[in-house]
Amino acid sequence: MSIQKTTFSPKKVDRRSFLKAAAATSSAAALAACGDKAAIEEFLQRDFRSLSKEKIAKIIERLEAEYAQKYGKAFTVSTKEPIPETFFGYALDLSRCIGCRKCVYACVDENNQSRDPQLHWIQVLEMEKEKGVDFIDANLYYDHEEVPHEGHFYVPIACQHCKNPPCVKSCPVGATWTDSDGIVVIDYNWCIGCRCCMAACPYGARHFNWGRPTLPAEDANPNTHYLGNRPRMKGVVEKCTWCIQRVREGRYPACVEACPVGARKFGNLLDKDSEIRYILENKRVLILREVLNTQPKFYYFYST
Amino acid sequence: MNKFWFKPGLIVLFFVLILFSSLLVIGQQTADKDKMQIQVPPPPLNEDTFPCSMCHGDMETNPERRELVDFHENIVLKHDEENRWCMACHDDKNRDMLHSASGELIDFSESYKLCGQCHGPKLKDWEAGIHGRRTGQWNGEKKYLLCAHCHNPHSPKFPHLKPEPAPIKPGKKK
Repeated sequence: MSIQKTTFSPKKVDRRSFLKAAAATSSAAALAACGDKAAIEEFLQRDFRSLSKEKIAKIIERLEAEYAQKYGKAFTVSTKEPIPETFFGYALDLSRCIGCRKCVYACVDENNQSRDPQLHWIQVLEMEKEKGVDFIDANLYYDHEEVPHEGHFYVPIACQHCKNPPCVKSCPVGATWTDSDGIVVIDYNWCIGCRCCMAACPYGARHFNWGRPTLPAEDANPNTHYLGNRPRMKGVVEKCTWCIQRVREGRYPACVEACPVGARKFGNLLDKDSEIRYILENKRVLILREVLNTQPKFYYFYST
Repeated sequence: MNKFWFKPGLIVLFFVLILFSSLLVIGQQTADKDKMQIQVPPPPLNEDTFPCSMCHGDMETNPERRELVDFHENIVLKHDEENRWCMACHDDKNRDMLHSASGELIDFSESYKLCGQCHGPKLKDWEAGIHGRRTGQWNGEKKYLLCAHCHNPHSPKFPHLKPEPAPIKPGKKK
């Protein structure tokens, strides 16, 4: 059996490179025809991790101008890098959570999620105490006069920020990755909207902008991060970033501060005096879908 | 060599050293405890009823269990009510203070010391930042709340809340 060898002469224009060049020229021409310089720049923007400092600065300037015009107020788009020697962990006290959904809406307000179509990063599941942690019979749409409802407990789920994240592995373009502080982030401009990450995530934590996101100007939070809560566009995936714009400033995520029962805890896993380390060392802790070896840094615990 | 070790003076010195170092350790621990004075916002006291001495100052204390009429009738005691009445926690001599089971006066701003007498593990968790809502900085100053900010001391079970609206089911319009 002979192996067929294909050789390309560098001088000859093969079909692939011809098509590439043709596509680039025509799309550039199409964009130029629109006459919108910002749109061209956005179209030609490379992935965030390969950009130089100067290019990032230019992009931020462009985005801030775009958002300021769209929402009628000054926006800041931070690109603050991870704080050295931090590796974040999150803990949620299942024995305290009462299922009031205050975290869900605090998150929406902080992170500029689309109001219509509605998009929530946190999903609070209601489960029966008799059945234990059971996803099949869990109810996301419970609607009681008062919570907690008799005989039920609540499991809020958002991104688990896995140490071994299947979403990151499944992304064909490298638009999502884990930063050194352990936050799994998305470059919305590099995301192609293929939704492979959504299929890979065993927690249903990633959400797709099927429609053009709507965010009323008066509700927009102008303190944003490039990899976090800046306004998104149609056709990209988004998810919880542990409020990257807050935690890299030393603040707690919005859901931690909103929880009326104090069930949500956040801190640095590398700091032995942190709350999160106290929980891991002293409480009964569980992680969701442990068998999948995703190694979440989101720990559920029972304080009682 | 052997004779050297059996000198009585050396043995005494040895014990004195042990005593001294243990005292140092204890001193250090109390210093840590003092440092751990937790900063909390002012207690949630009602301006109409506090300071208690406004009314109770010259009033004779009635320690009897009774139905409260005219004043404090809104207080429902559901906190080991079979065994306790007002003076179990409020001090009858100094009306603007609380007192511990052993009679030590406790200011309202440090009421967690009172609660912690029975709820020791909760107090420990609260000090560690596990029990209760924490705001502030994860890597800096944390803001604490007193027990009484979330739990009504007379009826401490956390109240039921009306949940925020459920998410819209896919395919359904608002």
